[in-house]
Amino acid sequence: MSEITVGDMSNQYMDVLKELGNIGAGNAATALAELLQSKVDMSVPQVKLINFSEIGDLIGGEEQVMAGMYLAIQKDITGSILFLVKEEVALHLVKKLMGDYAQDIRGEMEQSALKEISNIITGAYLNALSTMTGLRIEPSVPDLAIDMAGAILSVPAIEFGILGDEMLLIQSQIYDEIAIDGFFIMVPDVDSYKKILTSLGLPV
Amino acid sequence: MEIKVGMADMNICSGTDSITTLGLGSCVGVVLWDPTTHICGMVHVMLPDSTSIRNNVNVAKFADSGIEELLKRVIAKGAKRQNLVSKIAGGAKMFSVNNKSEMLSIGDRNVEASINKLKELRIPLKAQDTGETYGRTVTFYPETGQYHIKRVGKELKII
Repeated sequence: MSEITVGDMSNQYMDVLKELGNIGAGNAATALAELLQSKVDMSVPQVKLINFSEIGDLIGGEEQVMAGMYLAIQKDITGSILFLVKEEVALHLVKKLMGDYAQDIRGEMEQSALKEISNIITGAYLNALSTMTGLRIEPSVPDLAIDMAGAILSVPAIEFGILGDEMLLIQSQIYDEIAIDGFFIMVPDVDSYKKILTSLGLPV
Repeated sequence: MEIKVGMADMNICSGTDSITTLGLGSCVGVVLWDPTTHICGMVHVMLPDSTSIRNNVNVAKFADSGIEELLKRVIAKGAKRQNLVSKIAGGAKMFSVNNKSEMLSIGDRNVEASINKLKELRIPLKAQDTGETYGRTVTFYPETGQYHIKRVGKELKII
């Protein structure tokens, strides 16, 4: 096992994530505006290093129901990505795409619309990372879960748990009629994390 | 009073109080309970094995070291070793993604490691609600020994 801890990672990797957050969220807002045919703005994303014990406070309680989209990344780097929004935000986005007959976020049509939206958002982040680093990054077929925030976040938390008791994430806000709070969590495997830093000319 | 247990955390509870951990996913909530003294403890384990990882200072994070430490604490609180029984919940598989990572079966591995540790310590496992694909909020009541399991959109389950 590696000796790197999330704390060690944090300085350089946080800068990488800040840059990724800016470009990725910008790309995501543009792509969403096209898909939803409406004006979409965004705030400056924040990169946060949070302890496992603070996860509930960040999201509005561990039991807050959220939609989480999880996928693996392959090719030059490997790891996983989770994109997370509150249930009502997910329904709002789906309604924008499908119209008002979208009612239940657990419906089959609604879920496939949500996957489409999430694909666009995660794709925007991955393209940003690929452009920044020159690395080829390929997403797997994603899976969607609508469940308690704590339960969904346990997945990346466990992946970070190998390194320490903290987790790094990008919190971004995109606005159309409502503020769309989105959380983007990328957990590169240890070797891939080194590759990302190296490709950006940062010391490992 | 309701005592909270966070992720990779443990706590002790007794009498008419209850102990809870919110939104368990692939983690497992392991309870040790003495039915005669009504003393119990809960640990929220994230990973199966502390010996395979270097950064293992937080003993509560792992099934093996977490259950061992919890045992010490409930006994220190006054529970009788020979009376102790256990109930466990959690260990869900939240996502199905085609990924080589062993992390995808981590829920099952957490459950298996917890059961193995309990066997090794000769603590009978009285009930379990594990696996599946959904999150759980779990609350244990040491006065009655009931373990309440709440899930989104499903009715309360008591084990």
